[in-house]
Amino acid sequence: MTEEIIIAGFGGQGVLSMGKILAYSGMMQNKEVSWFPSYGPEMRGGTANVTVIISDERISSPILNWFDTAIILNQQSMDKFENSVKKGGILIYDPNGITRHPVRTDINIYTINAADESARLGSAKVFNMIILGAFLKLKPLIGAEYMRKGLEKSLPARHHNMIPENERAIDIGKSLVKQTYKLN
Amino acid sequence: MKEVRLMKGNEAIAEGVIRAGCDGYFGYPITPQSEVMEYLFANKTKERTGMIVLQAESEIASIHMVYGGAASGKRVMTSSSSPGISLMQEGISFMAGTELPCLLMNCVRGGPGLGTIQPSQSDYFQAVKGGGHGDYKMIVLAPASVQEMYDFAKLGFELAFKHRIQVMVLSDGAIGQMMEKVELDEQVPRWTDEEIVKLHPWAATGKTPDRKRNIITSLDLNPVKQEIINRNLQKKFKHIEETEVRFEKIMCDDAEYLFVAYGSSSRICQKAVALGRAKGIKVGLLRPITLFPYPTKELAKLAKQVKGMLSVEMSAGQMVEDVRLSVNGAVPVEHYGRLGGIIPAPDEVLNVLEEKFIKEKLLCKTH
Repeated sequence: MTEEIIIAGFGGQGVLSMGKILAYSGMMQNKEVSWFPSYGPEMRGGTANVTVIISDERISSPILNWFDTAIILNQQSMDKFENSVKKGGILIYDPNGITRHPVRTDINIYTINAADESARLGSAKVFNMIILGAFLKLKPLIGAEYMRKGLEKSLPARHHNMIPENERAIDIGKSLVKQTYKLN
Repeated sequence: MKEVRLMKGNEAIAEGVIRAGCDGYFGYPITPQSEVMEYLFANKTKERTGMIVLQAESEIASIHMVYGGAASGKRVMTSSSSPGISLMQEGISFMAGTELPCLLMNCVRGGPGLGTIQPSQSDYFQAVKGGGHGDYKMIVLAPASVQEMYDFAKLGFELAFKHRIQVMVLSDGAIGQMMEKVELDEQVPRWTDEEIVKLHPWAATGKTPDRKRNIITSLDLNPVKQEIINRNLQKKFKHIEETEVRFEKIMCDDAEYLFVAYGSSSRICQKAVALGRAKGIKVGLLRPITLFPYPTKELAKLAKQVKGMLSVEMSAGQMVEDVRLSVNGAVPVEHYGRLGGIIPAPDEVLNVLEEKFIKEKLLCKTH
């Protein structure tokens, strides 16, 4: 099994940390993992993306141009990465702020209203965990106990009291993800 | 079981030097490697092992602090990225002239000049052919994973003191910034002052009545003596060429075509090998781990087996010169590179290999 994922959105949305939690959890489950960020001039409000690979085998290239899954959180990233999903792959996006919805007919497309839901919960911080939940529902690669270990490892000890809230957000994401285009 | 962590390449080399018993780090921040010093400070090395971490006023100051630390027989290092490493060249040449061991890390970014902060491999010539003045070489290690960023800290210090030479870890922005799994070893204790006196009789440790003064200088105005100094240096480099070559071969046994790539490019080529094999193309990868000494003999051997070699680097074609020297015209050698911080994709490099060697051949046959 090898899962090649791109997560892309605005800086400040928690794109990089979502990727890190995913990679750490994969590692806790004894998988090979890599996490390759866009780095540099991007900052809050700019674009940020990260490539995460989770595999049973040694990972060759951490840098890719085709992905099994694209998680897309803003319009610029939709423009950039919609065509980078492998045929038969999946695209998950939050429709909030999206003006041009995906048009591919050779992939499965899902939406997750994470921005709305995190606003409703009054906690913008769990936005990325709702997204992560949507991904884990569609690609159940990592068990809940390893997700917890991944959260423990990625969050500084002073934030460990927030782990249950994050786990709840993951569950919410799992329940809210909706398919909008189904591949025949 | 060994302790395992998910780390950035830059953090891994920082943890690596602490655990390798490093005595001092002197540096100046620059993207994309500032995490090295950040990690060292955050990990309170002074309390952990007694290791000194100092932010110097410039790269020129850092390398000369390394010079001083090395002269006293300590395990010392600095790290920087391309423009900063350029500033250090004078100090590196002086360390070559005085045979002072040290560890250097260049997290290469695109140049020339300030260039970009994105990854590049355009400092190959500077690292391998001698960026400073004079006839000298450094041992150059090219990590292709975060684990190797960690491992080459310890290996780098071992080689540096074994041969009294500067060891450069030639990383790049991709290896430095990405996170992978790292297995950590036990802490190597720092040397005590007594151990340094015993292990490194050349070091400036304070003159005692039973020995002559140790003078560390690269200056000798007597040309006869200076030639002897240089011949001895060359003898050492030759010995290193004979004993310290390291490389990795992937799918080379039955290969008809070969990628030659180091560092992050080698990771991309590894995927290209898998993609090529899935299409029925017998392609392999030779990954030099040491760039000096270069795996010349291994490439010469492979030249008898393959029909063509494609050197892939994020540069305009630097390492390809060493590939060509190694095969000495026995097979066609081509170069493919991206510049200015662009990283090539696996299918992109495979396409180039097909274009350059396989499709052309088919065209010839139809004529």
